Amino acid sequence: MSTAELLAKQEYKYGFVTDIESDMIPRGLTEDTIRLIVEKKNEPEWMLEFRLKAYRHWLTMTEPKHWPNLKYPKIDYQDVIYYSAPRQKATKKSLDEVDPELLRTFEKLGIPLTEQKQLAGVAVDAVFDSVSVATTYKEKLKKVGVIFCSFTEAIRDYPELVKKYLGSVVPTNDNFFAALNSAVFSDGSFCFIPKGVRCPMELSTYFRINNSESGQFERTLIVAEEGSHVSYLEGCTAPKFDKNQLHAAVVELVALDDAQIKYSTVQNWYAGDEEGVGGIYNFVTKRGKCAGKNSKISWTQVETGSAITWKYPSCILQGDNSIGEFYSVALTNHAQQADTGTKMIHLGKNTRSTIISKGIAAGKSNNSYRGLVKVMPKAEGARNYTQCDSMLIGSTCGANTFPYIEVMNNTSSVEHEASTSKISEEQLFYLQQRGISQEDAVSLIINGFCKDVFLQLPMEFAVEATRLLGLKLEGSVG
Amino acid sequence: MLEIKNLRAGIEGREILKGINLTVNKGEIHAIMGPNGSGKSTLAKVLAGHPQYEVLGGEVIYEGRNLLEMPPDERAREGVFMAFQYPIEVPGVSNAQFLRLAYNEKRKHLGEEELDPLEFKDLLKERAKVVEMDASFMTRSVNENFSGGEKKRNEILQMAVLEPKLAVLDETDSGLDIDALRIVANGVNQLFTPANAIIVVTHYQRLLNYIVPHFVHVLADGRIAREGGKELALELEAKGYDWIKTVDKGAGAPAN
Repeated sequence: MSTAELLAKQEYKYGFVTDIESDMIPRGLTEDTIRLIVEKKNEPEWMLEFRLKAYRHWLTMTEPKHWPNLKYPKIDYQDVIYYSAPRQKATKKSLDEVDPELLRTFEKLGIPLTEQKQLAGVAVDAVFDSVSVATTYKEKLKKVGVIFCSFTEAIRDYPELVKKYLGSVVPTNDNFFAALNSAVFSDGSFCFIPKGVRCPMELSTYFRINNSESGQFERTLIVAEEGSHVSYLEGCTAPKFDKNQLHAAVVELVALDDAQIKYSTVQNWYAGDEEGVGGIYNFVTKRGKCAGKNSKISWTQVETGSAITWKYPSCILQGDNSIGEFYSVALTNHAQQADTGTKMIHLGKNTRSTIISKGIAAGKSNNSYRGLVKVMPKAEGARNYTQCDSMLIGSTCGANTFPYIEVMNNTSSVEHEASTSKISEEQLFYLQQRGISQEDAVSLIINGFCKDVFLQLPMEFAVEATRLLGLKLEGSVG
Repeated sequence: MLEIKNLRAGIEGREILKGINLTVNKGEIHAIMGPNGSGKSTLAKVLAGHPQYEVLGGEVIYEGRNLLEMPPDERAREGVFMAFQYPIEVPGVSNAQFLRLAYNEKRKHLGEEELDPLEFKDLLKERAKVVEMDASFMTRSVNENFSGGEKKRNEILQMAVLEPKLAVLDETDSGLDIDALRIVANGVNQLFTPANAIIVVTHYQRLLNYIVPHFVHVLADGRIAREGGKELALELEAKGYDWIKTVDKGAGAPAN
């Protein structure tokens, strides 16, 4: 064993398929497809307009193929099914009316939904393919004024709020994938935290793609009014298929004066096999707007899945003294490719941002950090600190850092630090000499490397993330 | 406990150990001395199972088992410990976390129950006294920003926690000032019992004033050129390694 080489053989334990009858629309995308989705979902006229506007923009746009450090075959957007929903009763009075097969699926994923078994302290919105199947603790949250429901319900029950904020952070014409999502998104989660309320529990959405032919296009919108606080978690898995599935989501966060939003993701979509066959194409636009003064938005992500990850959770720091944070661990193994990072746009005075990115590449994978720090002329006294560390396991993977810095005033300070390291044979031998197996040694070194990010995760997520990284790297050092 | 028979080993196609024979019993301290490049550290690393070293011949029987067939982590769990000449840094992993993992691996191996962090903390506090280390070391990342002396003390702390049957100390005295040397040696002496054995690999006699060996073996060019009691180390100190080489040739040993 003179060089660390790829042996990987780990099993993806979420790779099962749920056998359930689905209501699918025909493949392809035209204006009629959008009308059909609107009809299926019983949406009002203004939603149809929103979608059509986005669709018409999308037609004029081209896929961002040249700048990301990603290689994949051309996606045929007419070969995707844009809506697939498990057949179930139209209106569910209680969770107990949800199809037992769906309940079993989520239970298997570690997300029990029935009242007796619900996770304590976490409200969950469970999204299966194109629709939300259940949301727990909805009533309890309502008592303190917190709205947490599926996007479909939000459009029906809180149209004014949705109209006000939908597209306010990520406009329909923002980019190719955001436009596509705006045209066809089928469900997702909506959270609204009213003025002065600290959300009493973690809010969470669990995304599951089950259908091999359909894409998932979900939308999340979180609005935190003045002085409110919320912590939101997102988890994702998908079955193993040898065909690539498209996932193009949009997440918008709005924080008003003194509000705080903490958004954590553990992304574990199916990554494809060792040769890169199958897996999710994950093209996601996530952006938060610190609209009010002293507001704060914090993104923490642990990206371990997907064949392709294209994702830059960003903050627009508009309010004076607002704070944006981005803590990221991106791990790629086998043939996975990730081009991920963040954008911090400083508009307000004394705005501050922190970026801590840890990229880990193993196998033949390619892992890129791409980040923009932009300080506008009026953002006097803005500060940014960026730290990008990459770790390579073996000699057939790649890691890149693409930092972009634009500063347009002279009272700001921007710091950037970067490092690249390799798990050395000496390090492994040292730990093994103390009785620690090689795999545990790798996972110990990796967890040490990611510590600064894991500390930002909510407790249960941190445990899950630690375990997940160990699993993902199993056998990657030989 | 340990029987090394005609061991030949090397690195990158170069033969360094050219036939070592050595028997170590319980309750014994052996010193391996020799000039630079004689193969002392290679012997230590081969016993611990360093992946870069290749065994070219001979055998090593440890507690009745073929040591050379066991992967390094299994050797460790079976009680073989090596104190590193250059201890490795593991950023972001606390000393306590690392030690507990290592300790529990051994417990599991022996079919004993693992200790939770609180139980382990008590044990660690007790063992840390052996090398006069305070609690602040336990929350720091493994060896990161440790001084040379602290790193070596940390090695002996690990030995104190893992309680090996056979400890191989590879140049543990290198880079130590006299105070640190005393602390480290004192720690090793406290850990030595009639039930275990220690191999001290060192270039200088200095350490052997503190850790007094029962046997001294002097390596030259991959072979044991001379053996004796602790007085051999003193003689070496007085006459220098060149003396061994002359004696060697005079005794008609095979030339290079």
